[in-house]
Amino acid sequence: MTVEFVNPSGAGRHAADAGVVDGIGGLRPADPAPPDVTAELPGGPVPGSPPPVDVTAQWPGGSVPPDRPLVGLESRDVSAWFGTHKVLERVSLRMRPGEVTALIGPSGCGKSTYLRILNRMHEMVRGASLAGEVLLDGQDIYRPDRQPAQVRRRIGMVFQKPNPFPAMSIYDNVASGLKLAGIKVANKDALVETSLRRAGLWNEVRSRLRAPGGALSGGQQQRLCIARSLAVSPDVLLMDEPCSALDPTSTRRVEDTIAELQGQVTIVIVTHNMQQAARVSQSCAFFLATHDTPGHIVEAGQTRGIFEDPQDSRTADYVHGRFG
Amino acid sequence: MDTLAPPDNRPANLEHGGPGTQAPAAPGPAAERRVRIRQVTMEGVCTLVGAALGGIALTWVLYQRILPTSGAVGFWLCGYVTFLCLYALAGVVQWEPRDVANRLVGVLLVSAGLLVIAVVADQIGYTAVRGYPALHHLNFFTDTMALAGPLDPLTSGGMIHALVGSLEQMGIATVFSVPLGVLCALFLVEVGGPLARPVRTIVEAMTALPEIIAGLFIYAFLILSLGVGASGFAAAVALTVMMIPIVTRTAEVILRLVPSGLREASYALGGSQIRTVLNVVLPTARSGLATAVILAMARAVGETSPVLLTAGFTKDLNANPFSGPQTSLPLYIWNYVRYPQPAMVSRAFGAALALMVMVLLLFALARLIGGKAPGELTRRQRRQLRRAREADQLVRSDREAGDRSLALELTGADRGADAQ
Repeated sequence: MTVEFVNPSGAGRHAADAGVVDGIGGLRPADPAPPDVTAELPGGPVPGSPPPVDVTAQWPGGSVPPDRPLVGLESRDVSAWFGTHKVLERVSLRMRPGEVTALIGPSGCGKSTYLRILNRMHEMVRGASLAGEVLLDGQDIYRPDRQPAQVRRRIGMVFQKPNPFPAMSIYDNVASGLKLAGIKVANKDALVETSLRRAGLWNEVRSRLRAPGGALSGGQQQRLCIARSLAVSPDVLLMDEPCSALDPTSTRRVEDTIAELQGQVTIVIVTHNMQQAARVSQSCAFFLATHDTPGHIVEAGQTRGIFEDPQDSRTADYVHGRFG
Repeated sequence: MDTLAPPDNRPANLEHGGPGTQAPAAPGPAAERRVRIRQVTMEGVCTLVGAALGGIALTWVLYQRILPTSGAVGFWLCGYVTFLCLYALAGVVQWEPRDVANRLVGVLLVSAGLLVIAVVADQIGYTAVRGYPALHHLNFFTDTMALAGPLDPLTSGGMIHALVGSLEQMGIATVFSVPLGVLCALFLVEVGGPLARPVRTIVEAMTALPEIIAGLFIYAFLILSLGVGASGFAAAVALTVMMIPIVTRTAEVILRLVPSGLREASYALGGSQIRTVLNVVLPTARSGLATAVILAMARAVGETSPVLLTAGFTKDLNANPFSGPQTSLPLYIWNYVRYPQPAMVSRAFGAALALMVMVLLLFALARLIGGKAPGELTRRQRRQLRRAREADQLVRSDREAGDRSLALELTGADRGADAQ
């Protein structure tokens, strides 16, 4: 069953999808030659990953993402400071295109700082500095000629606490990214519907798109934030403990959403919940900081490997709940 | 999962569940008796009343009869202190010391509150009583003082010219001060940097600036140096000087209340700073900012001393703020209350009451706007929302029929594409 949201242009679904692609793709700085990741991952699930939720049941248009190459993210020797206090020590990590990468570790080990470095949010903290490079699609996002706003448009972020804009309706919340980034889209209604569907929220809010975003439950608010991030079609979606403020039911819905997005967007998720990391991610990185060493990666690799056969004894202790 | 509950749908009796409103659906045993937490006991009331009576009686004997003192203020002050002592004494013999201290502080706080209410009520009541003779003539609201001399009865003359002057000056001052004040607050909150601290200090100092200085400044600057001439405009500029720091300070507090998570969310979506401010920060703070503006207006409309030096004074209606003197309500009051004729004084008090009503209206407006959370809709917005929804429903039901066949085709086509 499909429902067309108000579509002023009168065009059908094909036009709607084309609008999404044109609207956003046209604004992206022309990247010379994206690495050939499509051949490796043709928009489908990564081999060996849990079977994805059947998106076609909800989305008659088949696999959702318009045919865009998936883009990976890589950090090389990233260190970070707050003032003189060093919080991250030479973190190098590859986040594979279309995969869900989980960052786990005890509190205060620099996971969130690392995540915020990945879309240039770290520099907004007073006194914060960093070293190293972060490669999006093979290009450093900290190159002097790159605008932070441009980078953030391609690398979206979902925060720990759901933060829909209270002065906007659900519809306007989803469309807010376009307004904030100054993007013009031919068919905004279709884009809003697409984004809400991808975030798994459409069926719950379709009849009250003009209600204020703050009137939703916590879990719905968080999925609204995910939809908002997806509306500017980012290549990468960063999630900073997206479920820590939610109840178990809402957590499951958000995890379902992540599972649906996997293969469409590169996702990096910080979580304290090891079961969650095991459930949603394909790759995993274990961060650790002690009182005299800044945060660093102890072990990274396939999630299954980290959880079933950790190489480092500290990783084993952590994933088996012996500390942290 | 449907948790959208508009505030007005909430059952009204949840809020004030007094003993009268009992849950209707309570079958079975008789309704429970609610525990009374704060009990007013007979002995508590008697102690209080007894101490009050005893205090006044004792003071009367000592103050009026034995000691060589007199005067109403001294009497009531001594009476109050004696009452407190007696109350403490009577308490010590029957309650624990901590309980006595509790009750004593309670009595002190309640009497402080009552005193403030009494003072305000006295002010308003006095003004109303003195102004009533002028107020109950309709011509007071429609006439100017152009043809009314000091000896004329209250059936001639009025304050329309001062009312017009006040509204115009307040309007001009608001137009000037709101953009400047809000921009300054935005600078302090959103931009910051090393310059923010001196600016904030100056704004704070300006809040404490004696109003007459604002008047003197404009008098020296606009009237003496630039030769503008005493006019409503000059008065409005003086009021602007007064209003800017008030608007800035309040707006700064309001803007700081906007959660930083919203700004972060906006930046994370690729928003620039200016778009974040325009699309996220200001709309979120809108109702608070409106309150800030209205409170500053209420403050400005009652200012006398900036107007005193800059507006000039006239008995005529001068609707043009840019030329010639223009009277405002505070100036009107200040001028006529000094006349020896009771009719003039009545007019001044009548104008004072009008001014108070104006300030009260502005405050009520501020409460009305400021009491709303961001995202909460006004009645008009709710009506628009309902209409828009109905329109959506119509479009949707129209489409759904035609859409089903299209969807079938589409899924078929997509399956074909997937297979390739």
